[in-house]
Amino acid sequence: MKNKSRKQWLSYLATADENYLISLWDNLNMKIEYNWLREPEIGSVMVQGKAGVTGDNFNVGEVTITRCSLSLDKKIQGHGYVQGRNKYKSKIAALCDALMQTEKKEIIKRNIIDKLIKYKNNKRNEILSKTEATKVDFFTLVRGEDK
Amino acid sequence: MYVSVKGGEKAINNAHSWLSEIRRGDVNIAELNIKQISEQLTLSVDRVMSEGSLYDKDLSALAIKQSRGDLIEAIFLMRAYRTTLPRIGSSKPIETGKMLCLRRISATFKDIPGKQKLGPTFDYTHRLLDFKLLADGEYEKAKIEKYDDKEIPHVLSFLNKEGLIQKEIPSGKTSKDITRNPINFPLTRSERLQSLSRGDEGFLLGLAYSTQRGYARNHAFVGELRTGYVEVQFEIPELGIEINIADVMFTECESVNQFKGSKKIPAQFTRGYGLVFGQLERKAISMALVDRSMRWKEFGEEYLGVAAQDEEFVISHCDNIQATGFLEHIKLPHYVDFQAELDLVRKIREEYKKNEQRT
Repeated sequence: MKNKSRKQWLSYLATADENYLISLWDNLNMKIEYNWLREPEIGSVMVQGKAGVTGDNFNVGEVTITRCSLSLDKKIQGHGYVQGRNKYKSKIAALCDALMQTEKKEIIKRNIIDKLIKYKNNKRNEILSKTEATKVDFFTLVRGEDK
Repeated sequence: MYVSVKGGEKAINNAHSWLSEIRRGDVNIAELNIKQISEQLTLSVDRVMSEGSLYDKDLSALAIKQSRGDLIEAIFLMRAYRTTLPRIGSSKPIETGKMLCLRRISATFKDIPGKQKLGPTFDYTHRLLDFKLLADGEYEKAKIEKYDDKEIPHVLSFLNKEGLIQKEIPSGKTSKDITRNPINFPLTRSERLQSLSRGDEGFLLGLAYSTQRGYARNHAFVGELRTGYVEVQFEIPELGIEINIADVMFTECESVNQFKGSKKIPAQFTRGYGLVFGQLERKAISMALVDRSMRWKEFGEEYLGVAAQDEEFVISHCDNIQATGFLEHIKLPHYVDFQAELDLVRKIREEYKKNEQRT
């Protein structure tokens, strides 16, 4: 159960709009002590597809990813795996991941994670409603011989 | 004896300065910024990501700006950057059935669950220059409608249920990453698909067109074409938790092609597959057609000796960076090579003259 919610917050942090996440974090004005386990590094993940949707896996191409890991104390570690090449975004993700395991959880959830979820849902709704407006309604014309 | 020649350093530096100035253009005109390119030249950005084999819009826009809009040069820059990145790992295979679609159409069935949705397409425009765009700022806003947020099933899965189309079953063959291992023919289909997905759009379009004109017997329908965002799932090595690490736009095309049957299986449709980064449907359709034409052996079809069936021909020539690298290198100094040729042709001509005098 714990892993399920961690999976969720890590996912929203990873795919967050970087400027939005940075502004949410900076607005909190938190001073957090931490030690680097791995300083932010830019790399890539190979994205796989499936031939004909259900067949063999194949490599489509890579996507840029930035990652870092840090610890707040000896017990609590945070990992920041994020899309793109923004090291600060990665650090914020790692800090949020770590803080979500502490008593500051509610602050981070309310001021960051919930807002990221809302932001992404709004984007999703926007696309779905625009796509729906381009749905084709077919109709058949009555032809002379059918009369 | 090999004589090396040096020189031209000043000429090269000055050429680069002029390149920088000419890239900037008229300084009285506002300079393009990266966000303008990534927001307003999206399909160029998509093409550079697809053929550069790296999904990163800002980098793609930067490459386009740096290359003065020469997309192959921009793709070259992306590829070069890509090789510097440490590979963190490989994603789980993406689930295109869960795509957040901007567009989803089928040319084979009119009434399909999830319906036909056109999305932002050029298809029904009149291809007349729009002089309104010469003026500033005017645009229409997208309309919105209420929707059902349901998964949109793949159209070909319906044909599948009736057994009318060949099933795509994992072969169990192991495939290599063609960016990490040398290519050895014959290739697996997965290796071919990787190569096609980063291949040159123009080259694939030409080959796909050749199959439509009869160079390989595979009349194709677009069974389904969809464009949208797909969640990329990746397992965090430190945690063993799979997360949605990236949202990536893809275009996917499934083609339906003519029958194949045998004594054991009644006639059924066959299929080709295209999957590319971005909204590049011309390329996705081309990829599906070329994938299908290269599957002739698997379906026990006749080899007609045409380019689109020949995987060695297709795969060896579809990479525009390999192609342009070899092509463009011949404009660099070849003075020594050419000197040797010159000597040879002079010698042959002398011998020819001697022979002529003798007769």
